[in-house]
Amino acid sequence: MKDDVLRLGGKEFSNRLLTGTGKFGNHGQIPKMLAASGSQMITVALRRVDITAQSENILEYIPKHVTLLPNTSGARSAEQAVRIARIAREAGCGDFIKIEVITDMKYLMPDNWETLKATEILAKEGFQVLPYVLPDLPLAKRLENAGAAAVMPLGAPIGSNRGLETKPLIAMLIENVSVPIVVDAGIGKPSQAAAAMEMGADAVLVNTAIATARDPEAMGRAFDFAVKAGRAAYLAEMAEESTLARASSPLTGFLDEV
Amino acid sequence: MNIFVNGNKERIEPCTLAQLIACKKLDAGALVIELNRQIIKQDFWPTTELQEDDCLEMLSFVGGG
Repeated sequence: MKDDVLRLGGKEFSNRLLTGTGKFGNHGQIPKMLAASGSQMITVALRRVDITAQSENILEYIPKHVTLLPNTSGARSAEQAVRIARIAREAGCGDFIKIEVITDMKYLMPDNWETLKATEILAKEGFQVLPYVLPDLPLAKRLENAGAAAVMPLGAPIGSNRGLETKPLIAMLIENVSVPIVVDAGIGKPSQAAAAMEMGADAVLVNTAIATARDPEAMGRAFDFAVKAGRAAYLAEMAEESTLARASSPLTGFLDEV
Repeated sequence: MNIFVNGNKERIEPCTLAQLIACKKLDAGALVIELNRQIIKQDFWPTTELQEDDCLEMLSFVGGG
C-alpha cells in the first residue's frame, strides 16, 4: 500500500479521496477537513462577483500542497465550459479542470455530448481534463481517446447522497478504460465510497456528504478510512461469492461420529 | 461613458481598470477579470483604460463540488 500512488494528469497522489469546497457552513471548516481527510485535490467553482457584497477568497482556505480542481459548473454548453476553463487557468489555478456541463436542471444530469466536445478542445490546449459524465462505456472510450486525464462517472445525482446507483455501468468503465476512473457525485456515506473503491475505482470525489455532515472534519476522516479500506480490499483481491454456504470450520470427525 | 459590468450597464467616469476595482472596494486578490472576453492579468489593470461599451466580467472563485 505504501507505494500505491494515484497517477492523475501527470501528478502523483498518495490519497484517493478528492473533495469539494461547496456547501460548507463556513470556509474555516475546509482546511480542517483537508487535514483530517488527507485529501490532496479539491474542487472550486468560478462565479460572477456580487459587486454589492464583500466576499471571502476561498483560495485562502486551501493549503498550497492541495491541488486545485476548478470546475466548469454553470456551463450549459461546451463553449461555455471551455471559456470557464481558460479563465480558471489564467487565474493561476493550474492545468486541472473538471468539465461539468449541465443542461438538465431537475436531476443535474451531465450533458455527455457537450462534455465530450469540451474535453476534445481543452485536452488539445494542454489541460488535464477530468470530465464529469453519466457512465457510458462508448463515451468513456471517446473521452480517453480525446486525451482526458480521467473519467468521472456519477454514482447518483449531485447532492442526492443515494450512493452507487449506476454501479454496473461504472464497473464497465473500470474494466475497459485505461485512464483513472473517479466516481463523482451521489456518494453519501463512507460505506458507499468503500464500495466504489472495492470494485476498483481509482478514486472518489465527495463534497456534499462531507460538507453538510454535522462535523465535516470528522466525516472527512471517516471517508479517508473508507477509501483506504476499499482500496486495500481491492488490492487484496476479494474472495468469491457463493449461493450455498461453505463451511469455514471442519464439519467432520467430531466426538461420537462414526 | 457607459460600460457593462457582469451584464449590467453602468455609467462611469473615464478611468483605468485598477481605478474601477478600487472604487468598487473589491478584493483584488480574489478577482479574475475578463474584458471583452480577454482575460486581463492583474499586472495590466493599472494600464488598461476602459472604453465606451466595454464588457467586463468580474469573477472570483467560490465553493463548489
